[in-house]
Order: sequence, then C-alpha cells, then structure tokens
Amino acid sequence: MIALSDYLILGAILFGLSVAGIFLNRKNVIILLMAIELMLLAVNMNFVAFSYFLGDTAGQVFVFFILTVAAAEAAIGLAILVVLFRNRQTINVDDLDTMKG
Amino acid sequence: MNIALSEFAPLSTEIFVLTMACVILIVDVFISEQRRIISYALSLATLLVAALISGSMLDNETAVVLNGTFVSDPMAALLKTCIFLITIGVFMYSRSYLVARGIFHGEYYVLGLFAVLGMMVLVSAHNLLTIYLGLELLSLSLYALVAFNRDSAEASEAAMKYFVLGALASGMLLYGISMLYGATGSLDIAEVAAALAARGEMEMIQIFALCFIVVGLAFKFGAVPFHMWVPDVYHGAPTPVTLFIGSAPKIAAFAMAMRLLEQALGGLSADWQDMLTILAVLSLAIGNVIAIAQTNIKRMLAYSTISHVGFLILGLIAGTTEGYSAAMFYAITYALMAIGGFGMIILLSRAGFEADQLDDFKGLNERSPWFALMMLILMFSMAGVPPTVGFYAKLSVLQAVIHVDMVWLAVVAVFFSIIGAFYYIRVIKLMYFDAPLSEEPLKPGAELQVVVSVNGLAVLGLGIFPGALLALCNAVLA
Repeated sequence: MIALSDYLILGAILFGLSVAGIFLNRKNVIILLMAIELMLLAVNMNFVAFSYFLGDTAGQVFVFFILTVAAAEAAIGLAILVVLFRNRQTINVDDLDTMKG
Repeated sequence: MNIALSEFAPLSTEIFVLTMACVILIVDVFISEQRRIISYALSLATLLVAALISGSMLDNETAVVLNGTFVSDPMAALLKTCIFLITIGVFMYSRSYLVARGIFHGEYYVLGLFAVLGMMVLVSAHNLLTIYLGLELLSLSLYALVAFNRDSAEASEAAMKYFVLGALASGMLLYGISMLYGATGSLDIAEVAAALAARGEMEMIQIFALCFIVVGLAFKFGAVPFHMWVPDVYHGAPTPVTLFIGSAPKIAAFAMAMRLLEQALGGLSADWQDMLTILAVLSLAIGNVIAIAQTNIKRMLAYSTISHVGFLILGLIAGTTEGYSAAMFYAITYALMAIGGFGMIILLSRAGFEADQLDDFKGLNERSPWFALMMLILMFSMAGVPPTVGFYAKLSVLQAVIHVDMVWLAVVAVFFSIIGAFYYIRVIKLMYFDAPLSEEPLKPGAELQVVVSVNGLAVLGLGIFPGALLALCNAVLA
C-alpha cells in the first residue's frame, strides 16, 4: 500500500524540479514551457492523491479543469513564442534583455 | 444535482457579457476594415449595459448558487460595476492609439471583454475552482493582449516574460490550493473556513498551503519580492494594454485576496498578516525608491503601481471591516488614477512616437495648459496631495492601520510616500518649468479630450466629495 505521504513527496519533487527548471534554465524558452507544464502536473498529482485518500471527487474534477486550462495555456505560450521568434530570430532566454531598469 | 433556472438570475451579468463577447467575435469577422468601429461601439454598449445590470444588484441579498461555486453579494456587485466603468475608460482611451498605428482590430475588444469576464468570475467566486478559472481566463486574455502588436519586438518579449512568470504564479497558487484541499477536504470557500475553524490548532500542511497561496497572490498583485514582471510588462506592452493591465485587474486582485484570505483563510489571519506586512513594507520601499531612478514614464508608473499595491495590502493587514473597505476604496480609486496616468501618455503619443520618456512631458503647459492641469491633478492624486482622491485613499488606509495599533507601519508608509512624492512632483516640474522639446501643438481627438477631462475631474471630484464612495465601500462589506 502506497501511503498518501509518498504521493505528496513525489508531487513536491516534481514541483521543485519544475521551479528549478524555470529559474536555472538560461538556454531555451521551450524548456520553460515544459517546466510550466510539469508544474501543473505536479499539482494534479497532489489533487488526485488527496481526492483518493479523502474519498471526495471534487479534487478529480479540479484536475480535469487544470488539464484543460494547461492546454489553453500551452497554446497561448507557443503562440507568443512564434511571435517572439519572428521578431527576434532567437528563443534564447539570455537574449530577452532589451528592457532594463 | 438539479439546478433550478432561478439560480441563473444572479449570473445575469456574466451571461450577458459572455454572450456579447461571442457576438462581437462573430460580428467582427464579417465587417470590413472601415467599419471596425462597430465592434468598438458594441463593446462599449456591452460594458455600459453590464454596468447598469450589476449596479442594480447592489442592494440584492447575498446568494450562493450553482452548488456553491458562485456568490452574488453587494461587494461583488460594486466591484463589477467599477470594473465595467474603468474598462469603458480603457477602451475609449485606446481607440485613437490603435487607429493611428493600424492595429485597430476587433481582437483587442474581444480579448478585453473576455478578460473582464475573467475578472467577474474571480470577483464572484465562492469555490477555489472558480477562483482558479476566473484568474486563468483573465491572465490568458492579458498574455495575448500584451503580444497584441505583433511586429513589436519589445511587446513580444514582455508577453513572454509575463506569460512565464504569470504561469509560475498560477502554479504556486494551485499548489497552495491543493494543499488547502488536502487539509480541509473541500473546495468550497465557506466549508474551507469552517473546516479550518473546527481544526483549531495549526498544522504544517495549513502553513504550507498559506505560504503558497500568499506567494501566488503576491505575484498577481505585483508585490515585492514578486514584482520582477511588472516594470518589463508595463514598459514593453502597447500603452493601451498597459493601461488595461494597470487598472481593472487590480480591483479583481483585491477581490481575490478578499475571497481567499479573508473568507477562506480568515482563521489563519494572524499568520498571513505577518507575511503581508513584509510584502507591504518591501513594496512601499522598493517601489518608491526605484521609481526615482526611471527615465521611462511607463516604467516609473510601474514602480509606482508596486508602491500603491503596498498601500492596498496595508488595508488588508489591518484585518478589520474598516481596513477592508479602505483597501477596496484604494483599489477602485487607484484604477481611476492609473487609467488617467497612462491615458496622458496615449494623449501625447502619435504614430511612430510613443511619448513614454519623462522628457516628452517637458513644457506640456505651454503646449496645452488644460491637459497639463489634468496631469497635475493625476500626479498629485498618486502622490496623495489633498484635495485629490489619492489623499483620502491613503488617509483611510492609514486610519485603519492606526486603529489596530500598528502605528509603526503607518509611519513607514508615510515615510516612503514622502520619498515617492518626489518623482510625481518631478513630472509636474517638467510640465510647468521646462522648455518643451517640440513646439508642435497637441491635437488629440474629441473623444480622447473628453475622456481625459472626465477622468481628471473625477479624480478631483471624488477627492472633494469622497463620502459617497467611502460609505458605499463600507456598506457593501458590513
């Protein structure tokens, strides 16, 4: 039997990985988008685990909404990425520094 | 699980705005480029009617409908009405800018209306799921709006930064919500509050949930140390979009803080008050001090937003009805000042010239004494000089903070406001005492003239007669 805490630890590790991915990555914007997706999936893991152990379906309903919103978010993120690449010919994170102050 | 038809009555405003946004989306496809103004007029009409509907709901009883996901209370009605009125101002300011740059597309209005719908859902949320959905509808529309000017490299960079940090903030908030769900076993705000009260003692998981939720909220507010997106997004986005992001969403963010912190996590107020105190003091300090160093006025106003958010949070820290109503008054009046401030940048700009440098305001008095006066009123209001509305907003927040015996916090706030007054008054000095860079007379369209004048006079008028709005803010929370 896998305990609730095991699921929560896995969720926390995934969440930590995705936050690290956002802050440490200095190369490619697409990796940022992947890290954001991973973050939402880590949250889904939490919701499903809680939902199962609480015997309450509301958490699973929430997961469906998160998945849907994540799809919309990815679509907008990639659209912005295309616009960015057309204007700058680069998607390197380090090159996104025209505005300072 | 049957839902009676009468349960939809409190949602009439949302249903109306959603229907009209879809109608405008379709209509816009079929009209020619020359008649684009139809989409614009329809959007304004939608917002006006929606403001009337939600205004008429001000005296309605609180009703929780749709299995406890949606609440219609006086606070929601007041905040929605303000959001509609502010957005009408935003759309009216934007038109000339968009026309002059050849980006007068229907998408701006459709995305704007969907963002408004997101704010409405957020304001009326009574379930953690509804909060999340409203927030995402608002944020996704705003990401797209920032990248609206497709050929601008700065705008696309700003959109990317906004998207990544906004998604990070949503992720943090969601993680907190999942912990809260685990701790309380419910997503309904009232049930969450009841479960927290029944538990009594604090547990690790509740503190964990609270931390993540506060971080997510602080990101959305743009409070220090989660403010790094604010200056870049305000600077890079097209001015009409900056105008929008800087105004109405602040009211929605206030509502979100009320629903989450006061209504759901009210039992943990001692804990979140400490966290918010740090956020407020840092926001006041960093916002006001760094704004002095800016030469770009959009960036300067971005840092000024950060400091105003610090003030707004002070009202939440007080944790009394007086404090919440002061924060609500602050959010509403700040939105009014923000559209005026960014509106002046639109007024000075023309195609190929953004007028976003402080130097562009030099000698405005010689070019147009009336608009210089309007900018003077707006700057004085942001600085908090009587008799403008900014003074009463700051005063009521400080009063609330002093009444809960946090005098030191009020002293800190006043100290940094005085530092902040410097950069607002510098703009006034540039307008009145410096020679203009170009002698070209200002020729804004009639619509822009009217809306700037109404905006400036409203800031002054509300400052002379603040009683009605203050009383209304008190009444809806009582």
